[in-house]
Amino acid sequence: MNGTSVSTTGKESVLDIRGLTRRFQVNGSEVTALQNINLSVRQGEFISVIGGSGCGKSTLLRIIAGLDTEYEGEALFDGARIKGPGLERGVVFQEHRLFPWLTVRQNVAFGLGNVTSKDDWESVDEHIELVGLKDFEGAYPHQLSGGMAQRASIARALANRPEALLLDEPFGALDALTKIQMQQEVLKIWEAEKATMILVTHDIDEAVFLGDRVVIMSNRPGTIKRIIPVDLPRPRDRGSYEFTQVRSAIYAEFFRQEEKPFAYEI
Amino acid sequence: MGNGYQPEETVLSLPPDASASRFRVSGLTGRLPRKWVGALLPVVFVIVWELLSRAGLLAANWFPAPLSIAGTLVELLQGGELFHHIGITVARVVAGFLIGAVLATLLAGIAGSTPLIRELVDPTIQALRNIPSMAWVPLFLLWLGIHESSKIALIAVGVFFPVYLNLLSGILNVDRKLIEVGHVYRLNKLQLVRRVILPAALPAFLVGLRSGLGLGWMFVVAAEIMGASKGLGFLMIDGQMTGRASVIIASIVLFALFGKLTDLMIERCGNRLLRQRGVGI
Ligand SMILES: Nc1ncnc2c1ncn2[C@@H]1O[C@H](COP(=O)(O)OP(=O)(O)OP(=O)(O)O)[C@@H](O)[C@H]1O
Ligand SMILES: [Mg+2]
Repeated sequence: MNGTSVSTTGKESVLDIRGLTRRFQVNGSEVTALQNINLSVRQGEFISVIGGSGCGKSTLLRIIAGLDTEYEGEALFDGARIKGPGLERGVVFQEHRLFPWLTVRQNVAFGLGNVTSKDDWESVDEHIELVGLKDFEGAYPHQLSGGMAQRASIARALANRPEALLLDEPFGALDALTKIQMQQEVLKIWEAEKATMILVTHDIDEAVFLGDRVVIMSNRPGTIKRIIPVDLPRPRDRGSYEFTQVRSAIYAEFFRQEEKPFAYEI
Repeated sequence: MGNGYQPEETVLSLPPDASASRFRVSGLTGRLPRKWVGALLPVVFVIVWELLSRAGLLAANWFPAPLSIAGTLVELLQGGELFHHIGITVARVVAGFLIGAVLATLLAGIAGSTPLIRELVDPTIQALRNIPSMAWVPLFLLWLGIHESSKIALIAVGVFFPVYLNLLSGILNVDRKLIEVGHVYRLNKLQLVRRVILPAALPAFLVGLRSGLGLGWMFVVAAEIMGASKGLGFLMIDGQMTGRASVIIASIVLFALFGKLTDLMIERCGNRLLRQRGVGI
């Protein structure tokens, strides 16, 4: 968004992760949640991170969000070491985490602080509109459906106009139909906001539908197994041959070893 | 919705065999709304009491008839002194409640947000809490004399503990995930307390205020019985000294009435504050 030569090509990297390792002490023994992670994310890029349960996806996202700072190696955002949360990095959690005592509009305005200017309120209303909650801005969280609550939490993260939006399995708790609808909306939001997106998921379809690149993680210790680029024009057709190709490639990454005994040559 | 379909509500309110039972319950409770059922026992009790008194089966000086108690109340009201006693007692409760609740709120707020201070003061408060509050009475009388201050201090002590304990546990039990959202938006400590922790602890706080108020009423009785020249508690002692049971019982009724009224006020306020969350106290 700054230099003209950069924003048009979108090649400048906003996030640089080099040799990132995160160890936890659990009952006196050491658990390596992440090991030697290397990843560069370009400005405006959409990255899907996929991996099995417990492979360290949330840990990685929390480190990028600045909620976990006890890591080894380097994690740089805009060239600076990540030492804590920042308003330039919005976060959407798996659960909506809305404040039950605030209306949708107040929740969305939460991150803008106490004294909100006219500009701020415009940003709030604009993002409520963007996620399609115009008619529910006065509602309280307990009056929303799961999908609506998650939309509100996306609007809250967007209201600060972050450079990057970090999403941790945001649709994990939604039904299949709502999920697909939300994926389309995230795409729309990404195109409108031009923010860098990092989406953690365990849904292969979702990863391929949304990502410019799909980062595949392996389990115990969590490492990056492979990064698969998805060079398909959007909107992507989930039934197309190319889409299925990419999906199979990811599938194969996960189940290579396990399926070998059944593989045969024609 | 084809033919033969019975809407569920109809089925629920009128099961095939219920038409008979609907008439069976008529009699006493049939037309009485369900929520008044609880009033039945006291009403019957008072009527029986009145009848027994009239039949001369109860000694009038020990068990004055309900109507004569009502008469005493009217008498006291007409004399004007009753308002005075009520005013004094309510003022004591309010003063003690405010002092106790404010101190408890401040201390619980600080202890709840600063682990070091919590570790410093909480064990002491937990220990003090084990002292039966009435045990403070002689000490307060010694320190503060038989004046207003000792009574108000005693009430404040009674109010302090439930408010402190409930608010502190409310603060400590605030969902970590909501606090994390506060961190994401870079709230400082004070903002975090004001915008996340206190609103989240509000339900527990209201529970504390409510039980604190209950104890406040309990302690005002104790304080006024111990030594007072005005107030509902004094009226009771006066009734005892002059052998008028009707005055004692009338005072009890008034205590119950005002206790309930103030409790209702907190409940109403609380429900108004919590309604938006879809819960109540
Ligand atoms: N605060 C913590 N303390 C100790 N161990 C932790 C902590 N957070 C994560 N871990 C460990 O790190 C590993 C990765 O956890 P993480 O939550 O990142 O997994 P995940 O990929 O997000 O899994 P899921 O898909 O189930 O959400 C797990 O083995 C977990 O036990
Ligand atoms: Mg996770």
